[in-house]
Amino acid sequence: MRLTPTDWRNLALSGMALAFAACLPWLFGSYALSIGVTIAMYTVLATSWALFSGPTHYISLATAAFFGVGTYVTGIGIEHLPYWTLLPIAGVIGAVLAALVGLATLRLSGVYFVIFTLGLAEFIRQVITWAQNVSGTKGIYVLTSITEAHIYWQLLGLAALVYLLGWAIGRSRLGFALRIIGDDEQVARHSGIHTARAKILLFLVPGSVAAITGAILAPRYVYIEPSLAFAPMLSFQVVIMALLGGTGRLWGPLVGVIPFTFLWEGVSITVPNQTTLLLGLSFLVIVYLLPKGFVGLFGTIRRRMGSEGLV
Amino acid sequence: MSATLSLRGVTKRFGGLVAVNAMDFDVMEHEVLGLIGPNGSGKSTTLNLISGALPVTSGAIALRGSPITQLPAQDIARRGIARTFQLVRLLPSMNVLENVMAGAVFGHRQRWGYEAEAVAQTMLEKVGLSGRGHMAVGQLTYIDTKRVELARVLAGEPRVVLLDEWLAGLNPTEMEVGVALIRALRDEGRTIILVEHVMDAIRSLCDRCVVMAAGAKIAEGTPADVLADPEVIRAYLGDDDA
Ligand SMILES: Nc1ncnc2c1ncn2[C@@H]1O[C@H](COP(=O)(O)OP(=O)(O)OP(=O)(O)O)[C@@H](O)[C@H]1O
Ligand SMILES: [Mg+2]
Repeated sequence: MRLTPTDWRNLALSGMALAFAACLPWLFGSYALSIGVTIAMYTVLATSWALFSGPTHYISLATAAFFGVGTYVTGIGIEHLPYWTLLPIAGVIGAVLAALVGLATLRLSGVYFVIFTLGLAEFIRQVITWAQNVSGTKGIYVLTSITEAHIYWQLLGLAALVYLLGWAIGRSRLGFALRIIGDDEQVARHSGIHTARAKILLFLVPGSVAAITGAILAPRYVYIEPSLAFAPMLSFQVVIMALLGGTGRLWGPLVGVIPFTFLWEGVSITVPNQTTLLLGLSFLVIVYLLPKGFVGLFGTIRRRMGSEGLV
Repeated sequence: MSATLSLRGVTKRFGGLVAVNAMDFDVMEHEVLGLIGPNGSGKSTTLNLISGALPVTSGAIALRGSPITQLPAQDIARRGIARTFQLVRLLPSMNVLENVMAGAVFGHRQRWGYEAEAVAQTMLEKVGLSGRGHMAVGQLTYIDTKRVELARVLAGEPRVVLLDEWLAGLNPTEMEVGVALIRALRDEGRTIILVEHVMDAIRSLCDRCVVMAAGAKIAEGTPADVLADPEVIRAYLGDDDA
């Protein structure tokens, strides 16, 4: 299908936004840059998460598992391989892991999937801890010359890829199949859609992207150990941010990531022990006030204004 | 002439309940077969077995001679068996046209892009909904929701169409429209299994009827013959509560 003028306009606008974002390391100080890295990281994670969970309604808590695997790919691989090969390797390992998880669970109902994905991160963490105990090593030092700005640019590039991919999927038969599955899985099956295959294929996206994100961020941590790389909090943060923004649009998660990152930053500085409380409160807000996230709220406001003749 | 669809000894158990008991029947090409019987006799379950919504307990189902008994629903749909549901199922987040395109894109004949859209438009015309493609499904009247579902089913150009009480719940005027619509499909030479309770519709639309009671086939023949069959009358009047 050919691109419409609106498509071109959106592409141009996104390109400009990206170019502007890429200037951040030169324009602002190091504190702004570190916030920028955090926002870029969560944007990548939440957007790719929403690509899968939005249409399928499966809540994946496996982000930490894929992310952790990615950090270990860099942590272990940096000694032996050139850095640029590590990101694709992390992507492939993430995708393979996602395919295995998908094959094992995506035929089951959503509840099993949530529990399984939550358990996955914990399981891999335990395996690595056990392996370290056996081999007598502790954490791994990731010493590179990669700077914060490099990490930021890589994340921006990955974000651009995720948006392009999401946009392409949205226009594809797979995207159409997923919308049908999200509406009524029974109708989907009886219309000839291989629902399990479609879901597994789509699950490769967050799996692979989260692993690459972990691989990109490993140098930032300098020292990685299982409890850091596989922190379950990450999975929950990603879910909350994506739902807060809304999964109905490609840009939805970004709208959740930005305010949440600042809120999180503020809370961590002022009352460092209350971050879990923040997570819980956000969850309540989403469930009770913003079931479709900011995206849904904008939609409602626009409709109201439209019906009053304001737009 | 070999059958388009054939069932042999098809049985479905739900725990201790035998919902479908050793059903045997054939559907010929271009035939409209009525599958009738009192409430709870196993008609919908039979359609669920044919369409792969439920796995059969035992027996064999074949489409144009090749077995489809163990296939999942999506493969059966791709081979050309499409169905409506007793309780209409539409895709609520999509407009009317997209609902119909779902059938055109993934059904027996698969199309994409403008081609799929064109097929969907044609099907909407066929069911009497031309020009309403942009409507949200929530805005539709009851009969129109049924039309959309039918258009979705037809859009994949299936070999066999299964209609589960497609006429149920329509008022008398709508009923006339509905019967005319199914007659039009029949005149096109479609192969259809029609599950119905409306006797007038059965008489005027079906070439042949299979009558079920308590999961089993109790009669088979022309509508006039089976509806005059004393055993069928007894099943419908219901002396099984003794
Ligand atoms: N999924 C299921 N689990 C258990 N029992 C079922 C299931 N589906 C159907 N049944 C039972 O199987 C029997 C046949 O049901 P079915 O829906 O096929 O009847 P029907 O002929 O379509 O009736 P109606 O005319 O009311 O639609 C009923 O006793 C029903 O309760
Ligand atoms: Mg029924």
